[in-house]
Amino acid sequence: GAHTGSKMVSVIPVKEKKLMDVMDVKLGELPSWILMQDFTPKGTFGAFQGSYYRYYNKYVKVKKGGIAGISMVLAAYVVFNYFPYYKELKHEQIRK
Amino acid sequence: MMGLPIVIIITMFPSIMFPSPTRLINNRLISIQQWLVQLTSKQMLSIHNQKGQTWALMLMSLILFIGSTNLLGLLPHSFTPTTQLSLNLGMAIPLWAGTVITGFRHKTKASLAHFLPQGTPLPLIPMLIIIETISLFIQPMALAVRLTANITAGHLLIHLIGGATLALMNISTITAMVTFTILVLLTILEFAVALIQAYVFTLLVSLYLHDNT
Repeated sequence: GAHTGSKMVSVIPVKEKKLMDVMDVKLGELPSWILMQDFTPKGTFGAFQGSYYRYYNKYVKVKKGGIAGISMVLAAYVVFNYFPYYKELKHEQIRK
Repeated sequence: MMGLPIVIIITMFPSIMFPSPTRLINNRLISIQQWLVQLTSKQMLSIHNQKGQTWALMLMSLILFIGSTNLLGLLPHSFTPTTQLSLNLGMAIPLWAGTVITGFRHKTKASLAHFLPQGTPLPLIPMLIIIETISLFIQPMALAVRLTANITAGHLLIHLIGGATLALMNISTITAMVTFTILVLLTILEFAVALIQAYVFTLLVSLYLHDNT
């Protein structure tokens, strides 16, 4: 009883410390925080899943949600698609 | 044009836009999607009998995937996976083969009887069987090439007319007319969703013929 209770208490804060650090980590500590994450397939999938649910619960799942929740995702998708084409689009600049 | 791993991520991207409902009454996004899916599935599955309606999940996921992929391809700079013939062939051939094999397994005589319409004169029979076989085997090719050609042609037209507008911006009066042509073309191209309907309907007609008749 007491032994398993202390075991649970010692496991949960460590995991929460890693996940909540995305919002709390300061910019100077960022490289050390990245090295602290687990890069197993299950770990990376858990990171994607956690970020998806945090975005979804904050922006899409509200009571009177409008277009804003999805529009941010679509705008990020447009910007994300700009980068592979940069080398081809550099020739099409309008020069004055 | 792009590296292979990014293409895989972009092909899996539309699935993020459809969250799964967890409660009885959900938020607006899920409610709108639920309403649309129920509307489409009721209209699409009303033709089939009991056996054909087991394909409901396949047909609805097909229309959602092709519809969302085509609509996301209308955003600037985005990549549309359905412009690649390989993906469309990979979707068309297994689905069409599934319907044919289902028809042959359960109603062998009726499926073979499709090759010869009723009341043909006797000398014409060999040629007609060849023609019917060719028209059967061309169905998956037509499905894949129709989807590829329509979406590729639409994207190409948008690129060309957009480029023409940019080049004509020094000569002012013509630019307004060309820009309006672009806007109208984009609106009509947003009936890419109608193209999905064409895809699934053709698949549906084939399934219907093979399971009922």
